[in-house]
Amino acid sequence: MKVSQLSVFLENKSGRLADVTRTLSENKINIRALSIADTIDYGLLRLIVNDPTSAKAALTDAGFTVALTEVLAIEIPDSPGGLAGIIDIMAEEGINIEYMYAFVGTSGENAIVIFRIEKVDEAITILQRKGVRIFTGEELHSL
Amino acid sequence: MDRDKLRALQSERLVNTVHHSYENVPAYKKKFDEIGLKPDDIKGIDDLQKIPFTVKTDFRDNYPFGMFAVPMDNIVRVHASSGTTGKSTVVGYTRNDITTWAELMARTLGAGGTTKGDVVQNAYGYGLFTGGLGAHYGAERIGASVVPISGGNTKRQLQIMEDFGSTVLCCTPSYALLMGEAASEMGIDTSKLSLRVAFLGAEPWTENMRREIETSLSIDALDIYGLSEVMGPGVSYECMEKGGLHINEDHFIAEIIDPDTGEVLPPSATGELVFTSLTKEALPLLRYRTRDITYIDNTPCACGRTFGRMHRVMGRSDDMLIIRGVNVFPSQIESVLIDIEGTEPHYIIVVDREHGKMDELEVWVEVSPELVSDEVRSLEALERKIAHELHSVLNISLKVKLVEPKTIARSEGKAKRVIDRRDLNK
Repeated sequence: MKVSQLSVFLENKSGRLADVTRTLSENKINIRALSIADTIDYGLLRLIVNDPTSAKAALTDAGFTVALTEVLAIEIPDSPGGLAGIIDIMAEEGINIEYMYAFVGTSGENAIVIFRIEKVDEAITILQRKGVRIFTGEELHSL
Repeated sequence: MDRDKLRALQSERLVNTVHHSYENVPAYKKKFDEIGLKPDDIKGIDDLQKIPFTVKTDFRDNYPFGMFAVPMDNIVRVHASSGTTGKSTVVGYTRNDITTWAELMARTLGAGGTTKGDVVQNAYGYGLFTGGLGAHYGAERIGASVVPISGGNTKRQLQIMEDFGSTVLCCTPSYALLMGEAASEMGIDTSKLSLRVAFLGAEPWTENMRREIETSLSIDALDIYGLSEVMGPGVSYECMEKGGLHINEDHFIAEIIDPDTGEVLPPSATGELVFTSLTKEALPLLRYRTRDITYIDNTPCACGRTFGRMHRVMGRSDDMLIIRGVNVFPSQIESVLIDIEGTEPHYIIVVDREHGKMDELEVWVEVSPELVSDEVRSLEALERKIAHELHSVLNISLKVKLVEPKTIARSEGKAKRVIDRRDLNK
């Protein structure tokens, strides 16, 4: 149910993001979603890619510090109130969201949003009981 | 005193110091015995080179009081400075030592014209650091009015300087620079202040800084030198000629050596400064390697003093940094990082001195895969943790910056750990 996300530590200097995307491109890795969290001195680039294991190896070889984290890819109705419905469920059930960002692709008529959740296994059980669709890595990459 | 008489006095005092050290400090006895040297072999200053060197690690190995030559009953004061690793360098004084120290600091302040009519604002830190109490006792010995304000709170310093009519300032040179800047920000016309002269030491500085301080505070700025192992401030001092620091040679013998080979060089050659104490009771010091790089000019000074003059300290023969008067060894930083990371850390120390500001210390730490997280707040917490631990060990505020791996150049053998952006050779 969980999807591997790469987090790459980047100093705030020009060309570093380009170095990451070039490395991934050279290794034929497809970026499916990304977000950046930044401070004055550095940023964290979070990536969902089609092959996280190879991507981590390639980036590590290229001299980047990379962490793998398990996140959830959740289907959201692509209509007004779609995201609100999911967030409401999480709030009611006491599921704490650390951060979230949108996935580039779609599932039919529906959008996909990446959630980083503290107690991820508990959250999976609760969300599935509520009928929320959670993608596996394979499902996500075959979209 | 002419230099021949001085030499005779030094010889006589050296013989006494050697006997006192050998008989009362096991660490010295061991050093002598190891090479089969007897105290009686030292008959005068010509035999000085036979004596083995003393180094900073001797203090660590005999921590805390093992280098003392008198029982604790006779110790009336203890000071301490940073060691290369966790343990401080501890020094002690008998009542007579304190009297000598006050006398030598009085000479130092007197060389800049300080008299009992002066108001001495002492902005050196009071505490384990020798600067505060060293300058204080010297100023009291002269009979000046001492304002023991200690360091910090710059606006208050300037307020008191104006209100009390302070004529003499004692502090670190970077703090004097800061005061000059602050005075202009506060709209104080320093030419209207009573302040006349400043005795600045405890950290390296430059002729450029002297010019800035003299202009911004409208004073004469004199360099003073000392280190706690030898005594504290008052080991050497500038006179108004500002042409090098007169060494108090009736109490200390100075040598210049090649820091790599230990070979004794002529005084006028640039090398490492080595001190032997001649009158100290609690902590006699035999050929102590200061790690400070300088040279000595024994030609007569226009002021009339015959004591040789050391050039202002030009650098170090080890990796010790002096930041805002505090000694910092890269090894101290390394041991903190090892504790946090559990592995050999890759780090670099950056020291900067922006115009008119105090020295800034930054420690750049490479982020290892074990430390990296997907969350900014964990990285920020890590930065804070490292900064906090370093602060508690070094006793100095600093900034920690996380950097990408391989930011820090790996050289053959030892990595370059320090980037010192302070321009200390102008």
